[in-house]
Amino acid sequence: MSEEFKIDIVNPEKYFLTKDDVIEVIVPAFEGEMGILKDHISIISFLKPGVITVRTKSNDEKFYVEDGIVEFKNNNLSVLTSNIINIKDLEKSKVQDLIKIAEAEANKSGMNDQVKFLADQKIDTLRSIN
Amino acid sequence: MASLDDLKKRIMSVKSTQKITKAMKMVAAAKLKRAQESAERGRPYSEKMNNIILNLSLGVADKESAPKLLSGSGKNQIHLCVVMTSDRGLCGGFNANIIKKAKNYFSDVTKEGKEIKIITVGSKGNDQLKRLYGDKIIENISFKDSKNANFFDAEKVGKIIIEKFDKEEFDICTIFFNQFKNVITQIPQAQQIIPLNAVNENQENLNESYEFEPDEDEILNNLLPKNISTQIFKAMLENSASEQGARMSAMDNATRNAGEMVDKLTIEYNRSRQAAITKELIEIISGAESL
Repeated sequence: MSEEFKIDIVNPEKYFLTKDDVIEVIVPAFEGEMGILKDHISIISFLKPGVITVRTKSNDEKFYVEDGIVEFKNNNLSVLTSNIINIKDLEKSKVQDLIKIAEAEANKSGMNDQVKFLADQKIDTLRSIN
Repeated sequence: MASLDDLKKRIMSVKSTQKITKAMKMVAAAKLKRAQESAERGRPYSEKMNNIILNLSLGVADKESAPKLLSGSGKNQIHLCVVMTSDRGLCGGFNANIIKKAKNYFSDVTKEGKEIKIITVGSKGNDQLKRLYGDKIIENISFKDSKNANFFDAEKVGKIIIEKFDKEEFDICTIFFNQFKNVITQIPQAQQIIPLNAVNENQENLNESYEFEPDEDEILNNLLPKNISTQIFKAMLENSASEQGARMSAMDNATRNAGEMVDKLTIEYNRSRQAAITKELIEIISGAESL
């Protein structure tokens, strides 16, 4: 039996990525990284800043996301996100810029714990990519 | 009757107007194609978003504890209307249709003794509404600088709306925009976004049970603000496609009318020229006869 399922990554402007031969997807869900294989139970969760790994037989692709929602149902994985970049296309200088923005965000005063957590998470992820 | 010179000038001016409207039509047609494509590409996102929210809102058993963005503030005294129009004119009835729809809604709501507040998106709507409803307009947003509708702008509008909702400045929020049907038809729409009217179109496949991580409430709290931006973005995309469509057909009409006018004027010009020639001939002949 095949172990493959379908993934759609959608951003507001277009279909970002569609694949139907995915073996495993690792998403940075809000409460920790989550690996999704075929026949996973239906689930809805949202993302924190991190890296999505899409694994097919032939290769792995990695994407940097800042936020989003995942829905898995009937072996269809939908990822809705407004900010997504393929790490291959992400240049070092761009990462530096993003880190700067994130740091400015994290240092703002008067925010609640959740926002702070997300900002810190963003910085960690970006540093690890860099 | 106007003199020959005047007619000639008139013909020239109509011809150059025709050139302009023709060029505008071409530009609108090119832009329409792009706008239409991005409107179509943007659809899956908002559809999926809607689906997820529908599933979630069905999962929320206790309506009392549901997030306010979903269930409303419990009152319906103050209505916020977001009127989305274009920044440029010369697009036929595009803006007028939205304004008309919005004005009808305003008068209905006011008749019921409720209060309205208006946010205008796009400068044309502001221009037309400020005369009658100037004191009701609380914000005017314009994206003259951005070339195409983009999500970033939609998010800005969404944030403003949510901020005002959190401060309890309004109870119900409705957005007005034109839905793109085809090049000649755009349908003005009023869509309520707060509280959310979840439409159950396909109830059968909603029996699916989901696992939620974290729990439903938290996901909903996170998702609903995003949904508002998404709905606004969808409205912006529809609007920009509609605008170009409306402009294209308006300019097409204008070009055709200018053509008709040129024909009419040319006939008049030829007639009066002929009349002048005949008059001169009569003068010469009658002069010769009298000799």
